[in-house]
Amino acid sequence: MKSITTPISDDVIRELKVGDAVLLSGMMVTGRDAVHKWMMETFIKKTRAPQGDDQQVYDELKKLLNGSVIYHCGPVVAGLDTKEYKFVAAGPTTSIREEPYQADVMKHFNLKGVIGKGGMGAKTLKGCEETPAVYFHAIGGAASYIAQTVTKVHAVFKMDFGVPEAIWVIEVKDFPVVVTMDSHGGSQHAVVEESSKKVLEDLLAR
Amino acid sequence: MRDLTNEILELIRRTSSSLPPDVEKRLRAAIEKEEPGSAARGALETILKNIDLSRAQSTPICQDTGTPIFYVHYPVGLSTIQLKAQIRSAMAEATKRSYMRPNAVDAVYDKNTGNNLGGDDFPYVHFEEVEGDDLTIELMLKGGGCENVGRQYSLPDSSVGAGRDLAGVRKVVLDAVQKAQGQGCAPGILGVSIGGDRGSSYIKSKEVLFSEMGTRNADPKLAELEERLTSEANEMGIGPMGFGGKTTVLDTKIVGLSRLPASYFVSVSYMCWAYRRRKMTVKGEEVIYD
Repeated sequence: MKSITTPISDDVIRELKVGDAVLLSGMMVTGRDAVHKWMMETFIKKTRAPQGDDQQVYDELKKLLNGSVIYHCGPVVAGLDTKEYKFVAAGPTTSIREEPYQADVMKHFNLKGVIGKGGMGAKTLKGCEETPAVYFHAIGGAASYIAQTVTKVHAVFKMDFGVPEAIWVIEVKDFPVVVTMDSHGGSQHAVVEESSKKVLEDLLAR
Repeated sequence: MRDLTNEILELIRRTSSSLPPDVEKRLRAAIEKEEPGSAARGALETILKNIDLSRAQSTPICQDTGTPIFYVHYPVGLSTIQLKAQIRSAMAEATKRSYMRPNAVDAVYDKNTGNNLGGDDFPYVHFEEVEGDDLTIELMLKGGGCENVGRQYSLPDSSVGAGRDLAGVRKVVLDAVQKAQGQGCAPGILGVSIGGDRGSSYIKSKEVLFSEMGTRNADPKLAELEERLTSEANEMGIGPMGFGGKTTVLDTKIVGLSRLPASYFVSVSYMCWAYRRRKMTVKGEEVIYD
């Protein structure tokens, strides 16, 4: 089992291969559907002008995400009244919904990885090769367990997206993940998809 | 009428944080089938640790506390208006206490209501009047990840060569499992409904998930298909989380409905391993939780 702390260097990323179990530590940022759409429209494709605190949040994210990772997660958070936030439950959400955005977001912010579940497609895999970055698979549904690895909530942006969709800046210690897409074109998801399809064809012919 | 808000709040706490024993037992059995040191076995080990931790801390098993689906069987004379109001206030309180994530998002204006109350149908409550004096309230929490991989087929379906018979049903259910891969948080449980209209078909495919693991349909033909589908789905090797492995589906439950001569729907509701369902029974003054 490897231990890796953010920010992560390109060399460390290039060494990672599909199947590697990793314990992640350091600062990272949550972001899912609303965040990816917002990043893409406002700052990457620029089809929407920045509004309100958009520019300010973007400037912060540019610093935070450089060499770090985005975690596809919509947490349950305690302390919303007092703003003494604590992650109560924080497993990964399904990543494939970010497939239209992920590769561009990775390159734009120099992400070294994304954490999620279920894997991602060909566009993201190519993004992993080019950036370079990897896809870290967390255990779906293991929410209380993963929340225990979140040692501190540093900040939250875009609360108007709602608690699950907001951008939470967190620090983690020994967050368990498995590399299922690497920066060399390897994808465990493509392998399982292919082999299960062959079995399905056999079953349908029976 | 008695105010059951606190008792329903307790039902929500239990459902969100404590996985039913029959599900846990299947997951513990599944771990022995996976190779030592494999990602699949590692996933199941983490899942089991998480189950213990959530129960001990009263924290959600999964952060996606899902669509709350209530089935209420009430004796003659009880007010469903009042019961629904109590369910709704218990849900808002459960959200405050972090047993539930605020999960109701207005689809038109993209606003999260913040308290899990979103219009008349969120939470979803189904009422059924029954004979006798007992009131039972069942709750299922079904996460979005597994809900998104559910599928409905209209037979015949030429893409998989499925005709309008049980052989065709088998084909489309296997297709649904292959398409879901690990995205519904495998190992999953399949709720399958045959017949109905599009709406009733989907509803029944979820309702059948209220029954215990291993409960077989009374019709031997359907019971046999349930067993066969579980075993053949596992031949595909998708495995826990889609990492590849032996356990993809833990159980299959099928319900047969009436259909129109023109329609033959098959609906597949995929339930993730975090198969959260609990029941409370009110017998006079006593409240019993399963």
